[in-house]
Amino acid sequence: MAAVLSTAAPAIACRDIGVRFFTERRDVTAIKALDLDVAQGEFLTLLGPSGCGKSTLLRVVADLQPPSKGSIRVLSVAPDAARANRDIGFVFQDAALLPWRTALQNVELPLQVGGGAGRKGRRSPMELLELVGLKDRANAYPHELSGGQRQRVSIARALVCDPKILLMDEPFGALDEITRDRLNVEIRQVWKETGVTILFVTHSIHEAAFLGQRVLMLAANPGRVREIVPVDLPDDRTLDLRETPAFVQLTAHLRRVLESC
Amino acid sequence: MNTRSIDVPLTPSTRDADAASDPEYLAWSAARKRRAMRRRVLPVLGIVGLMVLWWAAIEVLHVKPFIAPSPGAVLQTLIDKRAVLFDNLWPTALEAAGGFLLGNLAAIVVATVFIHNKTIEDIFFPVVLAFNAVPLVAKAPVLVLIMGNGMEPKITIAALVCFFPTLVNMVRGLESVNPQAMELMRVLSASKTEIFFRLRLFNALPYLFSALRISASMCVIGAVVGEWVGSTVGIGALILQATFNFDSPLLYAAIVMSATLSGAFFLIVTLAERWVIRWQPESVH
Repeated sequence: MAAVLSTAAPAIACRDIGVRFFTERRDVTAIKALDLDVAQGEFLTLLGPSGCGKSTLLRVVADLQPPSKGSIRVLSVAPDAARANRDIGFVFQDAALLPWRTALQNVELPLQVGGGAGRKGRRSPMELLELVGLKDRANAYPHELSGGQRQRVSIARALVCDPKILLMDEPFGALDEITRDRLNVEIRQVWKETGVTILFVTHSIHEAAFLGQRVLMLAANPGRVREIVPVDLPDDRTLDLRETPAFVQLTAHLRRVLESC
Repeated sequence: MNTRSIDVPLTPSTRDADAASDPEYLAWSAARKRRAMRRRVLPVLGIVGLMVLWWAAIEVLHVKPFIAPSPGAVLQTLIDKRAVLFDNLWPTALEAAGGFLLGNLAAIVVATVFIHNKTIEDIFFPVVLAFNAVPLVAKAPVLVLIMGNGMEPKITIAALVCFFPTLVNMVRGLESVNPQAMELMRVLSASKTEIFFRLRLFNALPYLFSALRISASMCVIGAVVGEWVGSTVGIGALILQATFNFDSPLLYAAIVMSATLSGAFFLIVTLAERWVIRWQPESVH
């Protein structure tokens, strides 16, 4: 099942990963026996129904959730080491900005905690705000920003230590479609400019197909790999791409697989 | 690619150019001024109305001066006996302020310990609850017996009444952190100290200030009740003296002084809150 795109060591290697949760009434197997290799610099989207373990997989990679079995290597080391090394950036669904900090101060946060001062990336916080198009809103507080702007700030924050891996957990799920389309184009540009490896969880078939080089499709109850669909689309993607026959065919296939999950 | 112009909110500078001639803007601005006026005038109207009603009730019902004075008599007393009133206000103000600082500081420290050590919280929170369940007027004599007749028992009583609301609010504020912000801190390998000073403390500030508003009036109540238990100075002592002497104008003047003191503390807390918490949308204030 595991396909390796390049000959270099994979950015993420999962072997037989399992995650179980216990609550008072239930015993949930969020992920069962998952094998996965993600190449360095790859853009992988994760698609699947609710409860298929997409978010759990990201949380395992980020060391927010220990797997109950199996082994995982992130950049050839354990996830906690990769985290301590600031190799992982995480973008949350609700942006998770600190309301008492301005946009710029939020982007600076990773440099101020957890020994982050010594891990300054190539781009300054201000340059990153410029990269996501918010240079002129640097001194605005989160409540003064729109949902899309807040999410852009959180992307800039995730990039400030030059992570090698960017984990995005349904980052655009709460945004309107126009903003979402725009951010999809922008995140592709960020990916190209930085060369970062991206794992992107989404509910949207279109988003999964438009963004990824591969789409990892997961099935629910228990969460497991259903299919890994390679995306055979040109690298230079604009929103018009979504009207081409190749794209329509791809999304139709994804939909069929999703319905059988 | 110009994709950013759509969601930039309207800033004053984009409007200033033709504001003076824009009828819709002028209408909005006038309506806003009217609302601000109403906010100022209506409360004054309420207080003046109450005074008139009080005065009318005294006059019409021929209430004896030793039972209830007229507003004019109270005002006269406030002016004539200002030296006595202020001499007794200072001790009370000092006790209340000391209790406010001590009680709230202790509550903040205890809340910090509680959220970092669940075991200590589980052991001591019931103790705190039990202390809080004892009525204030029952605690006061106990403390006077232990600490004597000076300022100390009054400060302690004022501190005790401030302690509980602040502790409960502060614990909630420090704990109710956005879970994703908490996970962000973990992804960033932040230490407990960093999480406390960069995340929890700021998150708790709005909760703390709601508690401080309650404390602002509670600490004066605590000090006055403390003075009721065998004291010769302070607004509390003055209230008792005036009552036993059937000196109702002095009693009411003392009440006005203590209410003004509470109001002043409340005002200071509100101003401090506005100065500290600047990141929330205006509608929250």
